[in-house]
Amino acid sequence: MAFASKSPWVIHYDGSSCNGCDIEVLATLCPGFDGERFGVVNTGNPKHADIFLVTGSVNEQNIGVVREIYDQMVEPKVVVACGICACSGGIFHDCYNVIGGVDKAIPVDVYAPGCAVRPEALIDAIVKGVAVLDEKSKALKESKKRGE
Amino acid sequence: MTILTTLIGTVAFALIAPVVGCLLAGLDRIISARMQGRVGPPLLQPYYDVRKLFEKESVSVNSVERTYVGCALLFAWVAGGVFFTGGNLLMCVFIITLSSLFFIMAAYSTRSPYAEVGAARETLQVMAYEPMVLLLAVGFYLAAGTFDVGDVLALDAPVITTIWLVFLGLLFILTIKLRKSPFDLSMSHHAHQEIVRGMTTEMSGPTLGLVEIMHWCENVLFLGWIGMFFVWGNPLSIILAVAVVLAVYFLEIWIDNNFARVKWQLMLKSAWAVALAAGGVNIAFLAFL
Ligand code: SF4
Repeated sequence: MAFASKSPWVIHYDGSSCNGCDIEVLATLCPGFDGERFGVVNTGNPKHADIFLVTGSVNEQNIGVVREIYDQMVEPKVVVACGICACSGGIFHDCYNVIGGVDKAIPVDVYAPGCAVRPEALIDAIVKGVAVLDEKSKALKESKKRGE
Repeated sequence: MTILTTLIGTVAFALIAPVVGCLLAGLDRIISARMQGRVGPPLLQPYYDVRKLFEKESVSVNSVERTYVGCALLFAWVAGGVFFTGGNLLMCVFIITLSSLFFIMAAYSTRSPYAEVGAARETLQVMAYEPMVLLLAVGFYLAAGTFDVGDVLALDAPVITTIWLVFLGLLFILTIKLRKSPFDLSMSHHAHQEIVRGMTTEMSGPTLGLVEIMHWCENVLFLGWIGMFFVWGNPLSIILAVAVVLAVYFLEIWIDNNFARVKWQLMLKSAWAVALAAGGVNIAFLAFL
């Protein structure tokens, strides 16, 4: 049995979002929705986090930061692109300095669309992400068994 | 008290304390959630968290960090073993301090600015609570006539009747020891980031899991100290002690949820003032009257 899905700790990073999605992400984590019922804890430390919630698109300024946070996270880890900007660049896609969605910088596992993304959509995305987390955790266990 | 009893006690403590501590931590999270108008996680959530941490990839910033954390855990077990087999209270106090020192070394060894600030603050916390802890041992000796915890079972009245002021002092520093707000300066359980996450900033996966288990064991030991005040010759007194321990734990959760974190200056000053007023006065009375 994998325990990864029972205690998904999340970290939130604001790329170049207009802040609309950030407010929704924080609303999702606030007591009203009580994510802790499912073991969700909002950490600010990539080394402790399992799920990376990114809002906003990737641009020349933040691509290094996004990659750094991703690299510091310990396997198994999952990335959720929150909002249409994070999925594809959204309304800012043809800005001069915008590279595009988060998947231009790091591998994304779940895309949560919406402008801004609704807490309900985010919860769905996190649930999906948790399933991916479980798969990755199992794969890691098997590779450990094989002694890789 | 032979070495063998202590050894057996240590092994038993290492097996039982994590279970009890884990359940207490689960209760803590549920009660905290209810105080904030939330449903809260399942009772076994701390267990799930730790299992997950052990499932994670094993990464470490250097090769000694986990050894230090392991030593800290080991000495926490020994301290528990000494205490719960009725051993020497003074010995227990020194061993648990050694455990804290190992944990501080683990945090310093990572060379991360946040972890170093956390370690420096933990050192201050040790400085803040240690005088009261030593006065606790002295007070216990004056009240029970021995440092051996097991001898309380032969007393006619619990030590709380003579050293209740010391008990109040211990209650004060218990908040620091249990890492509860307002004194959770070096490593908080709630806001998990940067300085507030302090010591554990660089620890991840299995290392963080060990820290969590050590924290559970420490909690059980410290609550044991509280219970010790209420045990005497009457076997039923154990029930009274457990009831008091649960009440004190609830009080700590309430304090945790209702007070904002203070600066270290206030923590140090207030802890020493309490140690002097509560411990000092009580011991002076016992020693000179
Ligand atoms: S998706 Fe909409 S709300 Fe979210 S960051 Fe982009 S523009 Fe703002």
